[in-house]
Amino acid sequence: MKEDLNLLEQAAQNDYKYGFVTNIDTDTIPKGLSEAVIELISKKKNEPEWMLKWRLKAYAHWLKMEEPTWPNVKYPPINYQDIIYYAAPKKKEQLNSLDEVDPELLRTFEKLGISLDEQKRLSGVAVDVVMDSVSIATSFKEQLSEIGVIFCSISEAIQQHPDLVKKYLGSVVPMTDNYFSALNSAVFTDGSFCYIPKGVRCPMELSTYFRINAENSGQFERTLIIAEDESYVSYLEGCTAPMRDENQLHAAVVELVAMEKAEIKYSTVQNWYPGDKNGQGGIYNFVTKRGICAGNHSKISWTQVETGSAITWKYPSVILKGDYSIGEFYSVAFTNHHQQADTGTKMIHLGKNTRSRIVAKGISAGQSNNSYRGLVRASKQATNARNYSQCDSLLLGDQCGAHTFPYIEVKNKTAIVEHEATTSKIGEDQLFYCRQRGIDAEAAVALIVNGFAKEVMNQLPMEFAIEAQKLLAISMEGSVG
Amino acid sequence: MTNVNYFKDQFSALQASDPNELLTGIRKENFDTFSRSGLPTLRQEEWKYTNISSLFDKDYEFAGDGKISPSLLSSLEEMRIEGYQEANELVFLNGRYAPSLSAIRSPETQLIVLPLEEAIDSKYKALVAMHLGQSSSYIKDGIHALNTSFIQGGLFLYIPKGQQLQHPVYIYHLSDAGQHHTLSQPRSLVYVEAQAKFQLAETYRTIGSCEGFTNEVMEIVVEADAFVEYYKIQNDGSNAHQTNTTHIRQMEKSHVHTVVLSLNGGMVRNNLNLVMDARGNETHLYGLSLLRGKTHVDNHTMIDNKMPDCYSNQLYKSVADDASTSIFSGRIIVQPDAQKTNAYQSSKNILLSELASINAKPQLEIFADDVKCSHGCTVGQLDEEALYYLRARGIPKENAEILLLHAFAADIVDQIKLEPLQKHTEKLIYEHLSVS
Repeated sequence: MKEDLNLLEQAAQNDYKYGFVTNIDTDTIPKGLSEAVIELISKKKNEPEWMLKWRLKAYAHWLKMEEPTWPNVKYPPINYQDIIYYAAPKKKEQLNSLDEVDPELLRTFEKLGISLDEQKRLSGVAVDVVMDSVSIATSFKEQLSEIGVIFCSISEAIQQHPDLVKKYLGSVVPMTDNYFSALNSAVFTDGSFCYIPKGVRCPMELSTYFRINAENSGQFERTLIIAEDESYVSYLEGCTAPMRDENQLHAAVVELVAMEKAEIKYSTVQNWYPGDKNGQGGIYNFVTKRGICAGNHSKISWTQVETGSAITWKYPSVILKGDYSIGEFYSVAFTNHHQQADTGTKMIHLGKNTRSRIVAKGISAGQSNNSYRGLVRASKQATNARNYSQCDSLLLGDQCGAHTFPYIEVKNKTAIVEHEATTSKIGEDQLFYCRQRGIDAEAAVALIVNGFAKEVMNQLPMEFAIEAQKLLAISMEGSVG
Repeated sequence: MTNVNYFKDQFSALQASDPNELLTGIRKENFDTFSRSGLPTLRQEEWKYTNISSLFDKDYEFAGDGKISPSLLSSLEEMRIEGYQEANELVFLNGRYAPSLSAIRSPETQLIVLPLEEAIDSKYKALVAMHLGQSSSYIKDGIHALNTSFIQGGLFLYIPKGQQLQHPVYIYHLSDAGQHHTLSQPRSLVYVEAQAKFQLAETYRTIGSCEGFTNEVMEIVVEADAFVEYYKIQNDGSNAHQTNTTHIRQMEKSHVHTVVLSLNGGMVRNNLNLVMDARGNETHLYGLSLLRGKTHVDNHTMIDNKMPDCYSNQLYKSVADDASTSIFSGRIIVQPDAQKTNAYQSSKNILLSELASINAKPQLEIFADDVKCSHGCTVGQLDEEALYYLRARGIPKENAEILLLHAFAADIVDQIKLEPLQKHTEKLIYEHLSVS
C-alpha cells in the first residue's frame, strides 16, 4: 500500500511528461501521398523490387477503400495529403553498436526512462528503438543471434531475410484487411522483426520502443514476429510522442505467427500523447494487431495497458487455427479528458479444443468515452471451443461514457461461450472504508482503480508492470473531483 | 427488391384517397425514408444477422378487401387463445383491424376500442397526433418506414384513468396468403392512462401456401403509475415471416412486464423498445425462442434510460436445433441524466445441432456514473451431468433432453402472469417439444 501512495505522489505532476521534442536533424520527405512518395520511401530504404511492388499494390487497393465509420469515436476528417510519410533522424552510416548512436538521441531515451545502456547491462532486455520512421538501434543482437534468434528492424530483415519476410508479411493481416492496414502496407517505414527458431526459448524479453518526434509526421510501423515449433518469446512494446497542437496519425500493423507448441506473449504499454485537457492535439492510434495460432497446441497472449492517444482504435486478435491452441487478451484502457478509446479483441475459433480468455477493464474519467468491442466466433469445425470473457467498466465522473459491444457467434454445438460485463462507479462503501482509515479521496480512488486493474497488470512482465502502474496513476491525476 | 413501383403506385393511390392530413403527413415522411433507404441489408449494423431483403426477391402484395370465407373463420376459431371467453378478442385481417370479427367484452368505461381513422376524427385526435409515429425517431430503417408509409385500418386502444381492466385484450393477426405473396402491415396505438392496469396478448397465423410477411408496428404509451403486461406468441408456419416492432414509452413510476415467445415461423425479427421518459419506472423483459427447422428468430431489445431511478431486468433464453438461427441483440442506453439506473440483462442460449447457430450482441452504452449495469451471455449445451442423472434413473436420452428443455423454458413461462395464457403456452411448448 505504501508503494501505491508513493506512486500517487509521483503522479502529482500531472502533465504528460514525455511531451518534449528532441532537436535532432531529421531527414524528411515532403508532405503528401502518391505512388512517387511510396517509390521514394522504398528507394530511401534501398528495398528490393518485390517490396516496392507489394507497397504499390496495397496503395492501389487503399485508394479504392473508404475510411471506416463504425467505431464509436468522433474525429474531423484526416487529410492524408497533409502527412509526412517519412521522417528519419539523419545518420551517416550503418551503426555497429550503441556507442555510435547520436548522443542527443540517447539522452531522449534516457528521459523516457529507457536507458539503452542500462537496460543492456542490468535488465537483460533486448531493445529495438524506432524513432519517427526508422529503427535507431537494436541491442543484444549478437547474443541473440548465437542461439538463432533474429531480432532486428524490419527494413534490415527485408534486406537480409527476404524469404522469411516474403513468406509471412501480410499473411496474418492481408494488405486488403482494412483501410488503415492497407495504408500501412503502402507506406510502412520501419518496425521490428523477430524470428525464433524451432525449440528455442528466447532467454530475454524483446522490446521495441516507439517514439514520434518530428512534426506533421505519421508513424507507420510494421512488426512481424514468427515463433517456430516449440519456441517461446515475450515481446514488449512501448510508445510516446511529444506534445503538439495538431493530431498525428499512427497506423501500425502487428502480425504474430505461432507454429506448433509455440508461445508468443505480446505486451504493450501505449502512452502516445493524449492531447491536452481541452482535447486539443494528440495521437490518432489506429492499429491492426493480429496473431495466428497456426500450429496445434500454440498460444498467443496479448496484454495491453492503454493510457495515451487522443483516439484509440485497436483490436488485438487471435485466429485459433491449430487444434488445442489458446488465445488470451488482457486489457486495461484508461481514458481521461477528451480521449476516446474503441478497443477490444477478436477470438476466431477454427481448430478443435481451442480456448480463449478475455479480460478487459475500462476506466473512464473526464469527458472521455471508452468502448469495448469484441468478437468471439466459434466456427462450425471448432469442436469443444471454449471462451470466457469478462469486461468491466469503471466510471469516474458524471460526464464520461463507458460502452460495451460484444459480438458472440456460435455455429458449433459443442462450443461453450460465456460473456459477462458490468459497469459501475467506485462503491461509496469502498471509498468510505479507505477515508475512514485516513486515506484521502484521491489516493483512495487510485487504490481502488489499481485493484480493479490488477488482474490485467499481473499479466505484464515485471519491468513493464511498474511502468504501467505509474502511468495509470499519472493519467488518473486530476480525474477525481 | 423488384416491386418498388408497386409500392409507389399503392402509396399514391392511398394518399389520394385519404383526406386525413395527420395520416398523409406521417405517411409521406416515412415513404420518403423508405424510398431513400430501401429495405435493410446485412451491411446495416442492426440487421447484421437477418437478411430481410432476401425475402423480397418475391413480389409481395397487399391483400384486397378480404372476403371472409368459411375457411378463414375456422382458422380464426383455431387460433383463439385459452381464456378467450373472458377476453376482448380483436382481429386483424391481412394487417387491418376488422371490427366485424372482433368481440369486445369490457364496458366502454374501462376500454375504448376504435379504428385508428375514427380515433383521429374523435376527441382523441390530439392524443393520436402526439404519440403516433414516435417509434420512427428510434427506428429509422426502411422496413419500419414501410409500415408507417401505409398506415391504414389501424387500431386505437384507450384505457381510461385508474381502470383496472378485468378482461385482457387478445389480438389475433390472420393473414391470407392463398392467392399471392401477402404483405400485412398492422399498426396500433395503445394509450394506458395513469393508474390503469392492462393486459395484452398477440398471436399470428398465416393461411395459404404462398409466403406471408407481417410487418407490424405497435406503440404503447404507459402513463404514470400504470401497469402493463404485454405478451407475444409466435407460432406460425415456415412460410410466415415477420418484422415486429413494439415501441413502449413509460411515464413516471409505471411498470411494464413483457414476454415474447417464439416457436415456429420463417424469418422473424422482433424489435422491443422501451423508452424511459420519466423517473422511477420498472421494467421486466422476458423472451424464449425454441427453434427448429429453418426458423430464424432475431430479438432486438433496446432500453433508453433517459431519466433517473429506473430499474430494468431482462432475461432472454433460446434453444436452436436443426438448421435454425437464434439472435439476441440487447441494447441498454443510460443517458447522462439517468443517474441511479439499475439495468440487468442476461441471455442464455443452447445450441443443439451442427447446422444451427446462435449470435448474441449484448450492448451497454453508459453516459452516467452512478449506475449499476451488467449483462451476461452464455452459449452452451444441455448440462451433461443433469442428463447423466436422468439417464441413470432409466429415462431414455430423448425424454431426458425434453425434460431439461422444459425446465429451461419454465423460467420464462412462469413469467406469464395471465393464467389461461400460461396454460395455453405450456400446451404449445409441450406439443412443440414432443414433435421431433
